[in-house]
Amino acid sequence: MISVHVHYLDPHRSLDSPVHALDARVKFILTVAFILTVSLTPYAAWPVFILLLAAVLSVEILSRLGLGYVQRRASLALPFVLAALPLAFSVEGTNLFTMRLGAWTQTASLEGLERFLSVGFKSWLSIQAAIVLTSSTSFPDLLRAMRAVRLPRLLVAMFGLMWRYLFVLADEALRLMRARAARSGRPGPRADSRPMPSFAWRARVAGGMAGSLFLRAFNRSDRIYGAMLSRCYDGEVRSLPLSSLSPSGWLTLAGGFSLLILLLSLGVLFWG
Amino acid sequence: MHFQMAPMHIPDGFLSTLVSLGLWALSLVAVGFSLRQVGRQLDQRQVPLMGVLAAAVFAGQMLNFAVAGGTSGHLLGAALATILIGPWAAVVVMTTVVSIQALVFQDGGLLSLGANLFNMAIIGTTVAYFVYTSIRKLAAEKPWGLFVGGVAAAWASIVAAAFACALELALSGTSPANIAVPTMGGIHMLIGVGEALITFGALAFLHTARRDLFRHDPKAFSPGALAYLFGLGFALLLAILSPIASASPDGLEWVAAQNGYLDAIREPIYQLIPDYLFPGISNRALATVAAGITGTLLVFGAAVGVAYLHRTKSPNS
Repeated sequence: MISVHVHYLDPHRSLDSPVHALDARVKFILTVAFILTVSLTPYAAWPVFILLLAAVLSVEILSRLGLGYVQRRASLALPFVLAALPLAFSVEGTNLFTMRLGAWTQTASLEGLERFLSVGFKSWLSIQAAIVLTSSTSFPDLLRAMRAVRLPRLLVAMFGLMWRYLFVLADEALRLMRARAARSGRPGPRADSRPMPSFAWRARVAGGMAGSLFLRAFNRSDRIYGAMLSRCYDGEVRSLPLSSLSPSGWLTLAGGFSLLILLLSLGVLFWG
Repeated sequence: MHFQMAPMHIPDGFLSTLVSLGLWALSLVAVGFSLRQVGRQLDQRQVPLMGVLAAAVFAGQMLNFAVAGGTSGHLLGAALATILIGPWAAVVVMTTVVSIQALVFQDGGLLSLGANLFNMAIIGTTVAYFVYTSIRKLAAEKPWGLFVGGVAAAWASIVAAAFACALELALSGTSPANIAVPTMGGIHMLIGVGEALITFGALAFLHTARRDLFRHDPKAFSPGALAYLFGLGFALLLAILSPIASASPDGLEWVAAQNGYLDAIREPIYQLIPDYLFPGISNRALATVAAGITGTLLVFGAAVGVAYLHRTKSPNS
């Protein structure tokens, strides 16, 4: 059913934990480094994968987000694993089993299966790290972290503006959908439900809603521009200077990097 | 749930490190260039407009409509944004949307964000711009050009992005080209129909409500000429490469072999740069580290380039 507000869109969970208290810049850089490490780890380096999983699970427990919450969100990326499924059959190696679908015969190999499982595991590890980052860091802190790694200022300002108005426009979209639900037919169990209109009609109505949403965005941006002008906006995007990183932040950064480099060298030396 | 996983957002783990970093570098350069172009033709109004429009594109993706069998279509919006605000600003808007989707909602990975930006924000936008502008020129100011152009641009942007996505998966050695390209392409040829219909509805509404948004400015073409050429290039490249890659088995691998990339694809993923590229380094582990540093420097260099381009924009315009 269509809910009234979309504030639950924000994945940030405000909790009191060491992970939440950590400087956003440290979290951002370590998350990217972790995902890069996962990507560079050779296929089928299972002990290294397990160690990486242990690392990300420890951070999850430390963050008090709850393993169930993180895993539920992580399941979002699951359908994409299908894209890697042909690997199990296309890579040549030790034959495992042969599948027959009519006239179509496919042989799965051990190497192929290992590669498929590795891709799935890597994807699972990476998404968990990203979930911990966004659930334990508020969006303004994330923006500061992105400025710290020297992303173009205009782009960061754009991210901030989008986030500021995302909830407003998402609410507009929900209102449009509620209006449509109140006015147009849809199939239902009740005898008096009206018949569903044609496909082209439904698509055209959705298009009209999108057009009206864009129009509202245009008009709103005019009002925002007026408000910015009245607060001395001169075309330049300004932001507060960043504070320097605390010693404990540096320490965490160094510790995290050492661990990741250690795990990566382990994987490359023994399974490369 | 309002939030659906679009099949085009590649999560982390599916692209090889080489492909990911390479596409990151390409995307950074393209986005930096677009930011510079937007800054050059700076209408101060554009800053809030792009931010709010990005929010509208994001929220517009919630407007789904039932297709059949429990599936639903929804808008991606690259073509609509391109038509309304031009290619450079549309690249910035789509970059914002795709980045926030990856960063906050895990719709697409962080390391693969470069590839997702390349597919949806850069290829999607430039191909839409090329198709739309060509048809509008052909129609010579007649209103049908707007609708036919918009519909074709919407469909083409989705299909082109899907083909690019499939080719990247194939190049990473994750999905064989002869399976990934027809599957991704086929599904998105259908999804593209939904996108085209919604775009048509949106254009029809806006044409009635705010005709001034579409006033064709003959001068407006020249700043977008570069985008036009890129769009043409991407469209041609994908149109030629995709059938070759899918029709002849291992076609893409053949191309890769010609370029000496075959080892990088077939061998374990750590072997970013084949040994012979680093003749002084015989140890594989060392070669890996060197390759990793090379990739990182590549991305870092691109980032510095972007920052530099942005910094030197003329402040008075």
